[in-house]
Amino acid sequence: MRSVIEIEGLEKVYRSGVRRRNIHALDGLDLSVAENEIFGFLGPNGAGKTTTLKILTGLLFQTSGTARVLGKAAGDLSTKAQMGFLPESPHFYEYLTSRELLDFYCRLFRIHKASRRKKVDELLASVGLEHAADLRVRKHSQGMKQRLGIAQSLVGNPKVLLLDEPMSGLDPMGRRQIREMIRKLASDGMTIFFSSHILSDAELLCDRVGILVKGRLVDVGKMADILKPRMGLFEAIASGVDGACRERLEGICKRVALRDDRLHLEISGEDNLREAERAIIEAGGVLDSLSRMRTTLEDHFMEFLKPDEAAK
Amino acid sequence: MRTWALCLNTFRETVRDKVFLVLVVFALVMIMSSRIFSFLSVGLELKIVMDLGLGSISVFSLLIALFVGTTLVHKEIDKRTVYTIVSKPIRRYQFIIGKYAGLNMTILVNMAIMTGFFYLSIWLMGGSWSLDLGLCILLIYVEIMLVTGLALLFSTFASPTLSAVFTFLTYVLGHLSSDLKFFSEQSENIIVNIFGKVFYYLLPNLSKFNFKNEVVHGFAIPMDSLFYSIVYGLLYCALLVIVSSLIFERKNLR
Ligand SMILES: Nc1ncnc2c1ncn2[C@@H]1O[C@H](COP(=O)(O)OP(=O)(O)OP(=O)(O)O)[C@@H](O)[C@H]1O
Ligand SMILES: [Mg+2]
Repeated sequence: MRSVIEIEGLEKVYRSGVRRRNIHALDGLDLSVAENEIFGFLGPNGAGKTTTLKILTGLLFQTSGTARVLGKAAGDLSTKAQMGFLPESPHFYEYLTSRELLDFYCRLFRIHKASRRKKVDELLASVGLEHAADLRVRKHSQGMKQRLGIAQSLVGNPKVLLLDEPMSGLDPMGRRQIREMIRKLASDGMTIFFSSHILSDAELLCDRVGILVKGRLVDVGKMADILKPRMGLFEAIASGVDGACRERLEGICKRVALRDDRLHLEISGEDNLREAERAIIEAGGVLDSLSRMRTTLEDHFMEFLKPDEAAK
Repeated sequence: MRTWALCLNTFRETVRDKVFLVLVVFALVMIMSSRIFSFLSVGLELKIVMDLGLGSISVFSLLIALFVGTTLVHKEIDKRTVYTIVSKPIRRYQFIIGKYAGLNMTILVNMAIMTGFFYLSIWLMGGSWSLDLGLCILLIYVEIMLVTGLALLFSTFASPTLSAVFTFLTYVLGHLSSDLKFFSEQSENIIVNIFGKVFYYLLPNLSKFNFKNEVVHGFAIPMDSLFYSIVYGLLYCALLVIVSSLIFERKNLR
């Protein structure tokens, strides 16, 4: 499959401040995103996600390395015509209404007057802002600005969409709406590259994720591989057991926690599982649920941050 | 069309920023001046009001060029509105040209209205207006376009306050540039000589746009020097916009 985004050895050094302290925001980043993929770009604060997206959209220039979008150098005019971008917590002209603003962006794409109005209405509806069409941006809530930001990223019917924290500031319903929208866009053939801190959303959406730490990609992998069940690890919930049984279980299980009168158990190995089952039944308790433990994206993410934390 | 959209939007922005409130002040100045000097003879009073009117048109337009011009680009970066614009399929120089043209459009409309008030007050005082008066105001406009260009240029690399200071200094020195040349040529010091020349050729010669004396005292404006001044002014503006674009083209928008 064709690569839509290709990044090789990307470095960015910010020179700033009175003392000219250099900040290495990106330190040899390599990454490629295939056509029609939903790619989640994850990483802790200050990892360099926004910096990467700004280079891809031609707002910043890299110190070294290459960044290509749709086969052309980042920032190329013909690439920008096929690209949509949502900046991190976007800001717009506050003196315009949602409708005026989208109309303005349509003009930047040379969309003809006849089709502009219809296009703007469609965009407003697609992000659930119809009711705020004639409200000045000054009076928008955070989430409304975020929705407007997503609408403006879609103005040019892009082939590739770059979103910097698309879910931030949205209510649960908004997040769900945007998730569904992203899925629909991807099923229509769009390539989507987004950064996020909301791992549960990334988990639900992405085909692939990459984890960025201190300007380097420390891991990249398919969601299906990351979320595979962990061999020989079980999760169980038991109720109706007494203190003595709990003590016995603590000897068997990896972890025992009491929540709402029920015991939450983490068990490793099938032998231990059997023994735990026996202990519960002998104590007259009930095994409410039992399942294999799965890795969550959060577990996976944390694994890559641990060595970093330890170093501190 | 993309540049036009940016231009129109800049115009709209300045309108919503209430730049046109300047007009109210201007109207007050015109009304007051024709009251205050009414004890003078009609001819003298007319001259004073003309002088004052042309001066105010100049100063108020200069204030807009200075204060709006220096924030034009900086505000877009500072308020981060530039991200969703430069990432659209436009070239950065189109952004610069659009912003520049938009502000010049605002100043044009503003000056046209001021000129309207001005003509009205002259007419009310029993004076008559001439083509030369209009040409004089046209040249003030060309001068202000140049000043807007300076403000734009400085603001591509300096903060608004610093840009305003630079622009104002250049404005003052630009009016003195012929004098600077003259005095530096008188000097024995070779360094002063060279600096004088460099400044003379680098700084805009703004005295070329000043035809106020001719108009107020009723002399004819020499058409060839007027034409030369317009061409000079427009070329200088083009140069300022090109250099601003080149700087902005390479700027990291962070
Ligand atoms: N304009 C700037 N000037 C100087 N340093 C900057 C600038 N912008 C970002 N940085 C630095 O670059 C590094 C990466 O920042 P970046 O904004 O790309 O991180 P991020 O991954 O987007 O973080 P977050 O999750 O908090 O949004 C940080 O160390 C930050 O301090
Ligand atoms: Mg960020």
